[in-house]
Amino acid sequence: MTLAELQLALPEIFLLAAACGILLADLFIPTERRGLTHMLAVVALVFTAILTLRLMMAPGEVAYAFSDTFVRDRFSDVLKVFSYLILAGAFVYAKHYLRQFDLFKGEFYTLSLFALLGVMVLMSSASLITLYLGLELLALSTYALVALDRESRLGSEAAMKYFILGSLASGLMLYGMSLLYGATGSLQLAGISAALGGGAGDSMLLTFGLVFIVIGVAFKLGAVPFHMWVPDVYHGAPLPIALFVSSVPKLAGLALAIRLLDNGLGGLHADWQGMLVVIAGLSLILGNVVAIAQTNIKRMLAYSTISHMGFMLLGILAGTPEGYAAAMFYAIAYAIMSAGAFAVLILVSADGREADQLDDFKGLARRNPWHAFLMMMILFSLAGIPVFLGFFAKWQVIAATIAAGFTWLAVLGVLTAVIGAFYYLRVVKLMYFDEPESDRPLTAPVDFRAVLTVNGVAMLALGIFSGGLISLCLSAFVG
Amino acid sequence: MMSEWPLLSLLIWLPMLGAVLVAALGERSPKLVRPLALGIALAVFALSLSLYAGFDTTTAAMQFQEKAVWIGAFNIHYHLGIDGLSLPLILLTTLIGGLIIVAGWRIEDRPHLYLASFLLLQGLMVGVFSALDALLFYVFFEAMLVPMFLIIGIWGGPNRIYATVKFFLFTFFGSVFMLVALLWLYLQSGSFAVADLHQLPIALDAQILVFLAFLIAFAVKVPMWPVHTWLPDAHVEAPTGGSVVLAAVMLKIGGYGLVRFALPITPDAAAALDWLVIGLSLVAIAYIGFVALAQSDMKKLIAYSSISHMGFVTLGLFLAFAIARNTGDVAGAGLGISGGMVQMVSHGFISGAMFLAVGVLYDRVHSREISSYGGVANTMPWFAMFAVLFFMANSGLPGTSGFVGEFMVILAAFQASFWFAFVAATSLLLGAAYSLWLVKRVFYGEVASSAVAGLKDLTGREWALMVILAAFVLGVGVWPFPLIEVMEVSVAELVEHIMQSKLP
Repeated sequence: MTLAELQLALPEIFLLAAACGILLADLFIPTERRGLTHMLAVVALVFTAILTLRLMMAPGEVAYAFSDTFVRDRFSDVLKVFSYLILAGAFVYAKHYLRQFDLFKGEFYTLSLFALLGVMVLMSSASLITLYLGLELLALSTYALVALDRESRLGSEAAMKYFILGSLASGLMLYGMSLLYGATGSLQLAGISAALGGGAGDSMLLTFGLVFIVIGVAFKLGAVPFHMWVPDVYHGAPLPIALFVSSVPKLAGLALAIRLLDNGLGGLHADWQGMLVVIAGLSLILGNVVAIAQTNIKRMLAYSTISHMGFMLLGILAGTPEGYAAAMFYAIAYAIMSAGAFAVLILVSADGREADQLDDFKGLARRNPWHAFLMMMILFSLAGIPVFLGFFAKWQVIAATIAAGFTWLAVLGVLTAVIGAFYYLRVVKLMYFDEPESDRPLTAPVDFRAVLTVNGVAMLALGIFSGGLISLCLSAFVG
Repeated sequence: MMSEWPLLSLLIWLPMLGAVLVAALGERSPKLVRPLALGIALAVFALSLSLYAGFDTTTAAMQFQEKAVWIGAFNIHYHLGIDGLSLPLILLTTLIGGLIIVAGWRIEDRPHLYLASFLLLQGLMVGVFSALDALLFYVFFEAMLVPMFLIIGIWGGPNRIYATVKFFLFTFFGSVFMLVALLWLYLQSGSFAVADLHQLPIALDAQILVFLAFLIAFAVKVPMWPVHTWLPDAHVEAPTGGSVVLAAVMLKIGGYGLVRFALPITPDAAAALDWLVIGLSLVAIAYIGFVALAQSDMKKLIAYSSISHMGFVTLGLFLAFAIARNTGDVAGAGLGISGGMVQMVSHGFISGAMFLAVGVLYDRVHSREISSYGGVANTMPWFAMFAVLFFMANSGLPGTSGFVGEFMVILAAFQASFWFAFVAATSLLLGAAYSLWLVKRVFYGEVASSAVAGLKDLTGREWALMVILAAFVLGVGVWPFPLIEVMEVSVAELVEHIMQSKLP
């Protein structure tokens, strides 16, 4: 282990130290001054970002560390920076909610930071062991976060379900990894790839391993038929946790898929492509159709997530650099949109009750025109209407699917997008066309409103000026 | 000197920035927003006139071009330009844009948002007519749905939510096929530029799929039978301004899309499937004409009449192949396309005027039912004069703009097939029947009710609207030459282009 290697992992090392430090410091911070913990966590994110940006990898540049188990490349760095950004936003959103609902505890911050650490390790993994390590750190932190409200029976139930199903998926994935190791004799993703390229390996073992790996990836993304946990977790978790679950871990899910399926198992592209076609197609249909039937907006967003993960998989299954870049753009766009949508839910919540019913949005445009407008942009973006961000994510994955020769799947994708537009429009309808049931003004601290404004306007700005983000995502794959 | 200016960009972005300004000011100074919105709309109209003044009618090349890289990684450009096919429609858009601001003067519920939505819509529509990059076109095309969705949903009638969701989903459904087709074309050609797509050779089976994708998208927009069902609902529920802009401009985007994309990109498929479009158009002309006859709601009647008249547009656009086959006269084959284009502009004036006329009555009596009226001419003689003119124009009275386009299309239809012309000509009969019957029941006869007896004639604001539209309806009817001159060269070039096979 050299100093140069430590340098590469400096963001992770710093974040680990910072998270532990915040855990300790929080013990001495009295409840009424909990804002300090919040400040410390945000500052930790800022410094982690600075450390990452300081050694930002150029396109095509790759650096390995720790006996080739840890990698830094353009892909990991770009994804990490967006993870920090979104988590920092999530912290600001969460503070307002946690204060209101008497959940303002230090654990939220340390657990989130540890989850982020898991995400970062996952993004930078070059071997199956590192990858699993990151995945489990993320998963365990998230299980605990879902149960943050100890009094909530729904929350505990959701956490329990998530834990059991998640452990099962982790077990399956681990089993798949062991089969891969048996077939190729390597834990390094590069080694596996090389072994596959050399024609090595028992094809039976490889196929079995691949199936388990794909199941694990699909579970972590929440794609059909491994989606059962998504609605329950979204429904049971407190809003800021649902916000977190729907944003940063999606970036991790993308990294998981790309690292395993492309970096490791790229040689088996023809095999996993077929599986992903089925998973993506089912996710698109089930997610969009079932979302229509929901009256609970958290569950509706959960099913919408499932369909969006289907779209993201369209980009991955193409197996081309353009396809991966499109999937990456989709994941980033989705994380930003989803964070914004949940933030508006937090804003509308009041009096110790979460605004999780569709009716809570009635007449929002009269109660608070600006925030209703922001929510409208977010919803149109989720529906994939130009000129909002979501459209630019959608057409790229559709283009990648057509390029890969799956025109019928592209048509299926856009048709489900039309179905999906219906339930997003329903929320716009409630906000704009219906009369409000209460005239209580919506209040939120200035930092919350500022971040939400940036988040909502980003739908428009990142849409009109999507060229920059598109190039950034492409630069992660085209050296 | 004016051509140095990015005129088209100004026409697109001035109303959009105006919309932001109007929406932002609205909360604080509600008195200010109406004059402000009107000022912006007038400025935009004035700018569009300078577009007309600087337009060179001797070339089919794109004029007033602007080009900048938008998304470099995918070779997408912010590329604008107009030819003879788009200029008349842009002028129509800017004119109607000003009129609906005036027509919406009395809206009390959140007027700033109402006006902002219309300004936004206007900018987007000009964008649709001037985009020369397929993805840019698609973005404008789809983004239009958002303000229209809000206009019908917020300021519409009792059943507005059903109508606006149906409108949105129908159009969205159609256009996603176009998106897939455009992306496929991009993957074949490496470019979204409309000019490049025009030159791209495509095999026939692929052409047919691409053509059908375009047809679905634009047929919903036109709307053609049998995907027209959203239009009567949307028209009936929309506020007057919404109906006007929908009938006068948004329907034309369907026809324009066929001319700009479907015909030149897939000419062989269009030639092979022209029977389909012609058949659907004839069904729309004849069958929907009968449906219009049976309506008791004035707005619904005009909506069905719009579908029937737009049938003339699609009929005219697709007659060229049959004419060329029958007569061998390629140059003469453009008559139908010219007729369709003239019909679009003329229908823009007439349908807009008819919806405004119904709006005038609705503002006073709050009923759209024909049976609530009778003898309006006795209490509102000036209004009756204008309204009768517009409804006569709708039935194709010679001397009005409605006659020119229909006459050209029927003439072209004769060259293609006697039966096409025969069915199309029934529209003259049916159009006269439902238009004049409506006039008889609403305007003539005894004064039917106390509400009609208490009617006051046109206000100054309404006078202005009626006079302007009447001037255009009569002007184009009596002297259509300037309109035809503008599009002549472009139509000739289009016909020449679509007569050449693009099979590889």
